[in-house]
Amino acid sequence: MSEHVSSLKLYIGIWITLLIGTLVTVLVAGVNLPGPLNAVVALTIATIKATLVVLFFMHVKYAHDKITKVVIVAALFWLAILLALSMADYTTRLWT
Amino acid sequence: MATAVLESGERETYLNKEYGIKSWLLTVDHKRIALLYLVSITFFFFIGGFFALLIRLELLTPAGDLVQADTYNKLFTMHGQVMVFFFLIPAVPAVLGNFLIPIMIGAKDLAFPRVNLLSWYLYIIGGALMLYTILNGGVDTGWTFYTPLSTEFLNTHVVTAGLAIFVAGFSSILTGLNFVVTTHRMRAPGMTWSRLPLFVWAHYATSIIQLLGTPVLAITLLLVVCERLFHLGIFNPALGGDPLLFQHLFWFYSHPAVYIMILPGMGIVSEIVCCFSRKRIFGYTAMALALLGIAVVGFLVWAHHMFVAGISLYAAMIFSLLSYFVAVPSAIKVFNWTSTMYKGSITYQTPMLYAFGFIGLFTMGGLTGLFLASLGIDVHVTDTYFVVAHFHYIMVGGMVMAYLGGMHFWWPKISGRMYPEGWGRLAALLVFVGFNLTFFPQFILGYMGMPRRYWDYSHSPEFQILNVLSTAGATVLAVGYVLPMIYFLWSMRYGKPAPDNPWNAAGLEWMVPSPPPTFNFEEQPVVTWEAYNYDEIKEEVPVAQ
Repeated sequence: MSEHVSSLKLYIGIWITLLIGTLVTVLVAGVNLPGPLNAVVALTIATIKATLVVLFFMHVKYAHDKITKVVIVAALFWLAILLALSMADYTTRLWT
Repeated sequence: MATAVLESGERETYLNKEYGIKSWLLTVDHKRIALLYLVSITFFFFIGGFFALLIRLELLTPAGDLVQADTYNKLFTMHGQVMVFFFLIPAVPAVLGNFLIPIMIGAKDLAFPRVNLLSWYLYIIGGALMLYTILNGGVDTGWTFYTPLSTEFLNTHVVTAGLAIFVAGFSSILTGLNFVVTTHRMRAPGMTWSRLPLFVWAHYATSIIQLLGTPVLAITLLLVVCERLFHLGIFNPALGGDPLLFQHLFWFYSHPAVYIMILPGMGIVSEIVCCFSRKRIFGYTAMALALLGIAVVGFLVWAHHMFVAGISLYAAMIFSLLSYFVAVPSAIKVFNWTSTMYKGSITYQTPMLYAFGFIGLFTMGGLTGLFLASLGIDVHVTDTYFVVAHFHYIMVGGMVMAYLGGMHFWWPKISGRMYPEGWGRLAALLVFVGFNLTFFPQFILGYMGMPRRYWDYSHSPEFQILNVLSTAGATVLAVGYVLPMIYFLWSMRYGKPAPDNPWNAAGLEWMVPSPPPTFNFEEQPVVTWEAYNYDEIKEEVPVAQ
């Protein structure tokens, strides 16, 4: 089985992107955005960072075997379970 | 290839190939790592058991007179944390799973032997942090770490206890990862998925839970530590957090964690029931799918732990309904074990006695779980001894019975020695009687209204008689647990040498010598038979000596 070998340059590039993402998250947290936008921005950046880690550091971008895809889909499905069933509570709870 | 022989003339096995502490601490042999785990989890089992005995002694009298209230809080907290995270979760997978899975599928070792050793070291680091917590004054959050109690109001060692479980969690994740990859990649020629022993299926299902659930617990505990140390507002309402978010995240792992404990036990019971009934398992495919079904549906039910915590009624109804669904695959298993025994040629050796105990006690634990899944009854019995009795029927009556059954069943393979059968049966009986005497009265106590986690019940002295029975049972149970440890140790020196297949059982593990050589098989096995082919094995289980 041949493994894709990524260049060191790419890894360092991803790493710097992750650091910038973290920095932006911290800076935005100090700005009072309207409504729930603070959380939206933070979660968007976090999702992009996680995607980069999964695709490049975990080599998923270069994986072609079905089992890797099954693992990724299963993990996302499980995350969806956590979010969806928790939301069943949060969206219908009496907050008074 | 000829069998390797040592200079002394003995056959070379994984036990005598090398000697010395270094040969154990740096081993990558799955069988030796299993024994490292065996010693470690037994150590924590007796620490957790010691806390349990102190709890039972305190409850012998209605007044809180043995320990102080704060000490009592620490006792039940550390009993729960030690037993759940350092005994119940690793016990069957890390000991019996580690030892048996490669042999059962015809492999020389797990897919990642070094990762396997790393998982033990992580467990030990986590265990050392837990011991530090215990020796330094302990922790009193309850094993559930509920916020904001744990993050704001307690002045005990919450951070080290949380980190201990965080680190031990990674040990569990690595074990799960190793089992999944091993099952996919390392099966011998002919060992198709439909020929896998149910023990392997059970560990496969367990590993999925370990892989997908444990990271959520790890993150949640880390958030508790962050909120406690840095006052980040995640769970504490005073800081803008939501305490129920903690409960959602905690139970997303911790309910399926019960299945991490019980599924491997179900795997053990399937092996034992077939062997001592001399029959193929009834409904193999249904049994394998039921294991996976429990693993998946187990992730959909967590908020039944939160019915009175303030979640919405709508969510409570959904989780109540989903919780009932777990009963379906569980019932498939109980009915199929029973059907396997029907018209079987049953013998009553020690492992089978434990399997009987498991089936009965798991059924009681499972059925009382349905009481708790129903919203109306749950409101009445939440946080009472009814809940305590229910989950002990699953975790102790189920899982520990299965673990002990498995230890007796495979002890000849692990140690190369037979345990004394008479003492084994006595211990199995003591465990069964002691267990029921301890926990059945707690169902009644809970239904009568005795709350859990109370140190003093002098306002209701009528609870005393049932508490006395429970404490008496715990004493019997303790004897039942100490006995096997004594005779297992005794048998290592004085036990009769075990034949390769002392039960005339089916399965690859019984075709290798007892104890097995380091790489398990001298030649690559090729599997041409179905699992549990007892119709092809003419010999009965030998009569016990």
